[in-house]
Amino acid sequence: MFGPIRIDSMTEPAKTEVPALRGRRAQRGPKARVRPRVSVFGVLGELLITGGVLVLLFLGWQLWWNDAVMAASQSRAAESISQGWVDEVKPDPAPAAETGYGDPVVATAPADQSAFAVLYVPRFGDTYKRTIAEGTGTNVLNSPDLGIGHYPGTQMPGEVGNFAIASHRSANGGGMHLIHELQLGDAIYVQTADGYYTYRFRDLEYVPPSAVEAIAPVPHDPDGTAVDRLIALTTCNPLFSTAERIIAYGVYESWQPTSAGPPAELAALLPAA
Amino acid sequence: MYAAIWRLMPGPVWVRILLVLVLLAAVLYSLATWVFPWVDTMVNNQEVTVGAP
Repeated sequence: MFGPIRIDSMTEPAKTEVPALRGRRAQRGPKARVRPRVSVFGVLGELLITGGVLVLLFLGWQLWWNDAVMAASQSRAAESISQGWVDEVKPDPAPAAETGYGDPVVATAPADQSAFAVLYVPRFGDTYKRTIAEGTGTNVLNSPDLGIGHYPGTQMPGEVGNFAIASHRSANGGGMHLIHELQLGDAIYVQTADGYYTYRFRDLEYVPPSAVEAIAPVPHDPDGTAVDRLIALTTCNPLFSTAERIIAYGVYESWQPTSAGPPAELAALLPAA
Repeated sequence: MYAAIWRLMPGPVWVRILLVLVLLAAVLYSLATWVFPWVDTMVNNQEVTVGAP
């Protein structure tokens, strides 16, 4: 039981009496000369520790390192697609601003995985922007240049009904990481090739993952007739878990075409054109 | 196991430490570049949508 310790101390004096030993090993005593036997438990223990370290490293990579890498690349991609739309249109600060631009233009949903909008939520950070593409598969949500998916079959930006989108809460760029911090009235901007749609955050809702009625044109009333223009941001809840879903609803406020430039509050956050 | 690797390495202690650091860097780099992205596709079943995806 206490073997190694006693043997060490007992054989210690022998050290000086073995002249055949050479170099560094000789100074460590005769025990060091004997190759430590590779024990099954020793190797197993080291392998288990290695495995544990690998798991921790993976989590760190997934939740922080790769999350940050993806967030940066998704943000860059959103910026470039947004700039592309702006560049296509001549700025025309029409005086219509006083009266508004009427009913919003409603585009038709594009093919799966096609980017068609950019989301801005100042509450998520001044530089926060993400591309919205059609479909909610991993090909959209886990993509380094997309990140937010539009539920096929739900309404489009500005349309009467529910423009429902999904994104990761954590990892893969975490497009909706700060969804729980939204405050009543917070701006949610959606930019498309046509223009800018402004929504105002209304409320949060916590639902089971099966609650498909949350993204119905009238949330939780699948048979209802829609009159409001809503946006629904959906992601998983609680943080780092997929047990529930958290839904953030916003209500449409206004629309302006690309030629009119972004809404003032958003323009202040965008790089000067 | 690790003791055996340490013994197998050549040179004085500082060379071995340098070698360990280089090896660790190489291991971490390949993990982050190839292994973890692959593992991510295997284990990442993070469903974030409502209803059937």
